[in-house]
Amino acid sequence: MKLRANLVIGGALFGLAIIVGLLAPWLAHTDPVLDANLMNAEEPPSWTWWFGTDGQGRDIYSRVLYGARVSLTVGIVSQLINSVIGVALGLSAGYFGGWWDDVVNALTNLMLAIPSLIFALAIMAVLGPGLTSLLIALGLTNWSFTCRLARASALSLRNQGYVQAATVLGYGDLRIMITQLLPNMLGPIVVIGTLGMGSAVLSEAALSFLGLGVRPPFPSWGSMLSEARDQITTAPWLSLFPGLAIFLTVLGLNLLGDGLRDILDPQSRSRRT
Amino acid sequence: MTGFPLIEVEDLRIDLDDGSRRVAAAEGISFSISRGETFGLVGESGCGKSITALALIGLLRSPLSIGGGVIRFEGREIQNLSAAKQRELRGNRIAMIFQEPMTALNPVSPVGRQIAEMFVLHKGKSWREANQLAVEALSSVRVPAPERRVNDYPHQLSGGMRQRVMIAIALACGPDLLIADEPTTALDVTVQAEIIELMRNLCAERGTAILMISHDLGLVANVCRRVAVMYAGRIVEERGSADIFRAPSHPYTQGLVASLPRLGSRAALGRTRLKEIAGVVPAITAFPDGCRFNPRCAQATDICRAVAPQTDVLEAGGFVRCYHHA
Repeated sequence: MKLRANLVIGGALFGLAIIVGLLAPWLAHTDPVLDANLMNAEEPPSWTWWFGTDGQGRDIYSRVLYGARVSLTVGIVSQLINSVIGVALGLSAGYFGGWWDDVVNALTNLMLAIPSLIFALAIMAVLGPGLTSLLIALGLTNWSFTCRLARASALSLRNQGYVQAATVLGYGDLRIMITQLLPNMLGPIVVIGTLGMGSAVLSEAALSFLGLGVRPPFPSWGSMLSEARDQITTAPWLSLFPGLAIFLTVLGLNLLGDGLRDILDPQSRSRRT
Repeated sequence: MTGFPLIEVEDLRIDLDDGSRRVAAAEGISFSISRGETFGLVGESGCGKSITALALIGLLRSPLSIGGGVIRFEGREIQNLSAAKQRELRGNRIAMIFQEPMTALNPVSPVGRQIAEMFVLHKGKSWREANQLAVEALSSVRVPAPERRVNDYPHQLSGGMRQRVMIAIALACGPDLLIADEPTTALDVTVQAEIIELMRNLCAERGTAILMISHDLGLVANVCRRVAVMYAGRIVEERGSADIFRAPSHPYTQGLVASLPRLGSRAALGRTRLKEIAGVVPAITAFPDGCRFNPRCAQATDICRAVAPQTDVLEAGGFVRCYHHA
C-alpha cells in the first residue's frame, strides 16, 4: 500500500511529541520547576537558552518538553475515556434499540447541545484544578460523536448476515456485540478518537490557560501560555514555543486521523484511486 | 428420548402484525422429523417456509410472532422457553446454515476462530483445545490444508469454501437437527452438488436430522426422504419424495412437477411449451377464502372457494389438503 503524506507527517509529529514527553528528563537541559535563577530572567533564545527563559529564569525548552507530558496524558487518557463511554452507549443503543436507544439518544443530544468546554469548566469548578479533575472533566464531555458513530454502525451491522448467523448459533447479546459488531466498527472509531485527541489537547490548553488545569509551577503548554500573556510584547518567545508545540501536536493528530480514515475506509480509498 | 420424534410441530400459526391488525403469515403447519431423518420444505418465495424455520429456533422478531400451536423438541415444548434456554439449544442442538455464505461469516475474524468460538461457547472448551478442534472440523468438511486455512479471512475463500466453513460451524457441536435454508442457491451448480453431497454424508455419519428449505423441488427431493410443499402459508401436501414426483396429489404440486423441465422431454427439445401455473401468489394480506390455491386452480369448485380443506391422509403415506386430489 502506498503511504500517504498526511499519514507519514501526522504520525511523525505525534510520534515526536510522544518521544519528547517520554524522554523529557534526558533531553531537558535543566529542571523545569526548580532551576529558576533570576540572574538570567527573560533571556531571548540563544545557543545556551534554545527557546529563551521566562521571568523567573526557567529554561523554556525544558518546560516545553515536560509540558508535553501533561498535554499528551490529557489528550490520550481523556479521549480513551470518551471512546469507551461513547462506544459502550452507542453500540448497545444501536444493538438493542427500544427505550434504551431513546435514553442514549436523549443523552447524546443533551451533550451536543451544551458546549463541551463550558461543561468541562463546570466540572472543573466542582472538582477543583489538577490533572485528575482535568482527565475526568474532558473524559466525560466529548463522547457524543463517538456515540453517534457507534450507534449508526451498530444499526447497520445488526442486519448483516453474520450477526444474524451468530444469533442463530446461540451467541449471547454481549458476545455478539464484542465479537461481531465491535471489530467491524473499529476503523471509524479509531479515526474519530485520533481527531478527538487533538481537540482534547486544545481543551487542556484552554482550561490551563484559564488557570483550571495543572497547578503551577509544574508546566503545561496551556499554563505556560497563560503566564506568558502579559509579556507577549516584551518577550514573545514565552508564548511562541508552547504555542508552536500545541499547534504541531494538534496538526499531527489531525493529519494522522485523516490518514487513518483514508486507509481504514475502503470507500474513500477506491474513490481516490 | 426414544419414542418421541426429534422435532414435532403441531398446528403452528405465525402472525404478522402490520400495525393495525394481525394476519396469519402461516397457519396449520404440522410436521415431525425423527432422529437422523431428512425432511424438505418446498415453496415459492413468501410462502412461509423461512419463517417456519425461524419459529423452530425461536428467532421470530417483530412484526412476526408465534400465534398458536406447539413446537416440541425431544418431546419438550420449546416455543415458550426462556431466552437463555433457547440460546442453549441454538447452535448446540439445533444449527442452521444460510443461503448467503458471502455475508454469513464475520469479515474481520479468521474462519478458524469463528469455528473455535462454537466449542468455547457451547462446550466450554479452552481456546487452545477449541483451535485444535477447529482444524479437525475444517478437515472434516474437506477443506484442503486446514491447519493453514484456519488463519484465513472469509474474503480469501471462494463461495464453495465459505459454505464449507459454514457447515463446519453449524456441525461443530454435533447438533441433532440441521436447518438448511436454501444452502446452495448462491453457488455454482457443480459446487452445489459437492456441498449437498458433503452435507448429506456428514449428517448421515453423525445421525443429524436435516430440515432442508428450498424452492428447488428437484434438489429437495434428491436430498430428502420426505417432502412437504407449502403454498401461501399452508402445507398443501406432504409425501415421500419419490411419490411426490411420480404421483403428485395436490393441483399445486402437480403444476410444480409439470413445470420442471426434463431432459429428453418434448418440452426440453423445444417442441412444446413448458407448463406453467397461471396467476400469481396472493399477498399475505389478501389470501382468498377457502382453499388458498382456488383462484389459480383448474379443478376449483364452489366448496374450494368457501371452506378451507382439511388434510386427507393418503393410502401411500403422507397427506394432502385438497377436495379434489388425485
